[in-house]
Amino acid sequence: MSSFKERADAALADPILKIAVERTAGTAEAKRAVAVDAFPDFEAARDRAAAIKDHVVAHLGAYLEQFEANAVAAGACVHWASTADEACRIVIDICKAAGAKSVARSKSMLGEEIGLPHALAEAGIGRVETDLAEHIIQLADERPSHIIWPAMHKTREQVSALFKAKHRSPHEEETIAAMAESARRELRTQMLGADVGISGANFLIADTGAICTVTNEGNAELSLVPPRVHIVTAGIEKIVPSMPHAIHMLRMLARSATGAALTQYTTFYTGPKRAGDRDGPEEMHIVLVDNGRTKMRAEGLTEMLRCIRCGACMNHCVVFRQIGGHAYGGTYPGPMGSVLTPALDGLKQSRDLPNACTLNGKCQEVCPVRIPLPTLLRGWREKSWREGLEPTSMRWGLGLWAWVARRPALYRLGTGMAVRAMHMLGRKGWISTLPLAGGWTRYRDIPRPAAQTFMAQYKKEERRK
Amino acid sequence: MRTRRVALFVTCLVDLMRPRIGFAAIRALEAAGCEVVVPEGQTCCGQPALNSGDRDHAVALAQQTIAALEPYEAVVVPSGSCAGTIRCHYPELFEHDAAWLPRAQAVAGRTFEIMAWLDEVCGWKPEGVRVDAKATYHDSCSGLRELGIKAQPRRLLKNVEGLSFAPLAGEETCCGFGGTFCVKYPAISNAIVGEKADAIDATGADLLLAGDLGCLMNMAGKLNRKGSKVRAYHAIELIAGMGDGPAIGEEG
Ligand code: SF4
Repeated sequence: MSSFKERADAALADPILKIAVERTAGTAEAKRAVAVDAFPDFEAARDRAAAIKDHVVAHLGAYLEQFEANAVAAGACVHWASTADEACRIVIDICKAAGAKSVARSKSMLGEEIGLPHALAEAGIGRVETDLAEHIIQLADERPSHIIWPAMHKTREQVSALFKAKHRSPHEEETIAAMAESARRELRTQMLGADVGISGANFLIADTGAICTVTNEGNAELSLVPPRVHIVTAGIEKIVPSMPHAIHMLRMLARSATGAALTQYTTFYTGPKRAGDRDGPEEMHIVLVDNGRTKMRAEGLTEMLRCIRCGACMNHCVVFRQIGGHAYGGTYPGPMGSVLTPALDGLKQSRDLPNACTLNGKCQEVCPVRIPLPTLLRGWREKSWREGLEPTSMRWGLGLWAWVARRPALYRLGTGMAVRAMHMLGRKGWISTLPLAGGWTRYRDIPRPAAQTFMAQYKKEERRK
Repeated sequence: MRTRRVALFVTCLVDLMRPRIGFAAIRALEAAGCEVVVPEGQTCCGQPALNSGDRDHAVALAQQTIAALEPYEAVVVPSGSCAGTIRCHYPELFEHDAAWLPRAQAVAGRTFEIMAWLDEVCGWKPEGVRVDAKATYHDSCSGLRELGIKAQPRRLLKNVEGLSFAPLAGEETCCGFGGTFCVKYPAISNAIVGEKADAIDATGADLLLAGDLGCLMNMAGKLNRKGSKVRAYHAIELIAGMGDGPAIGEEG
């Protein structure tokens, strides 16, 4: 497997990727700013959103039990999975029991997290991704690069070429509308014949047992209502106490994600088809997935469980904007991914992620639930240092610096010498190559320091007085 | 007016790379009626260790810095990120240390970024200072988001005669410095600062101003590499009337 740095280098060398990421994230950033400005008191609303999530995370067990009781009362089956594998196994078993040959899937990051697409393929069950961007990803045989725009790394020009190569009767006109029509033609027939519909949940409503999905394409409704069986996979942190809480979170989610006041489709599903209902699945299964969430609570990552997966942190991240989502290498990219991936995949293989961040704090500034992402990233850096995962050169360099810096007299002597040496290396005010600072001077010059440190000059002046 | 006795925490970067900023700080503080002391025991606040996860060294350097600075009624720092380290992160470092927490909190509460100190605490503004140029301003992240440094430098700079302003597109966007980030992930850092340098060039300004030498070295170093004519100063240099001297990377 490639390293983070290799993936980042490849991304930086791809000019099309840069255009694609900038188009979508740039638009999202601008639209979010307008939406937040127009909101009466967005800061107070963020406080409330954070408080709601903190409350449910602190009383997770009680709310989950309440949710289970109400979902069961509405006719759904509730399953509990502590690991990704267990969650996949439960889904596959339900599919097999239903005799399913194909499933229609409505985009869900939890599904990606637990590896559901792969598990379905292994079980020989056909899968139709019904979200437009997920459809693009499926055609291209790739992984999502963003949590709400899985195909954000592709330009519309690339998507057009892909559709022309893969669709049975592709668009002829080069317009977005014609391309969407081509996807609709392709998808409708497949999704309407599916035996099972699989979705995630943006919210689980404890006091009604309902689950909520939001989409802009209506694909969730079309993939979940017609099939005989509806399976929901949801992280246990998706719970909210009641409908008004869900509505508050929805207002924060849509604005933070796309800058819209509301998504085009917001649907609440309470149990399967009831007697007298004209439509709806005969069975509804809800798989509640832990997959490390309980452990995160114990490991100082409680605040991360507030996350509502809006993507604002990545849209506003200078690093994400340069390298896109795939370079991160995990299910979740960007700042939130750099906190989650070490928890999900292990720190050893993802130690780069919390380090590859300037700690500029923009992500925290835009997070609708005020997750202190930089603090959590610092926490991972500390753990990585403690466990000896940081490179030796870094440990050695910082150790020496700190050792000298703790001896002010020696420090004055050493810095005096270093500054004199650097001063001698400079030409016309600048240094263009410097031993041990190649990472800097490969791309930038270093201003030549004065011949003496501030401390030395200051002491001289004081003596003169 | 009562004379305020303040300790100047120079920061290791200013000490080594651009002593003028330290002298400009002293000059501005004295003009604002402060008596300035430069405590002997100071070296580095420990931020590189703190941000790299090296907690033990961060704690050791924080203790040394606290001990050096605690005798003074106020500590002034010509850097938003070092002031932010002392103000915001020292108390976090000693969260579970009953002996050091009150000392860390006391120093944190008395530590100020220099422009916030001059503008908000002293209510001072520069007088009789003139620089005929067009400037653009970059808001360094730690100062902006940890300490709320935004209006203060602009208010002070407004009183520099002859100075006009060109707004910088993305003035609150990180320049890609990030302390050790820029040497750990140089290619990503370069892509970020490359965009920043283009944005600075696009303003048509003569001068780039900011409040943090790390960010300034990053941006000025990139501007110079790409052959830009924009000259970079720490804002306090202009405010103190030292804007006629060599800019970053100029022979003086
Ligand atoms: S961490 Fe915050 S900003 Fe990022 S996806 Fe989660 S809720 Fe949104």
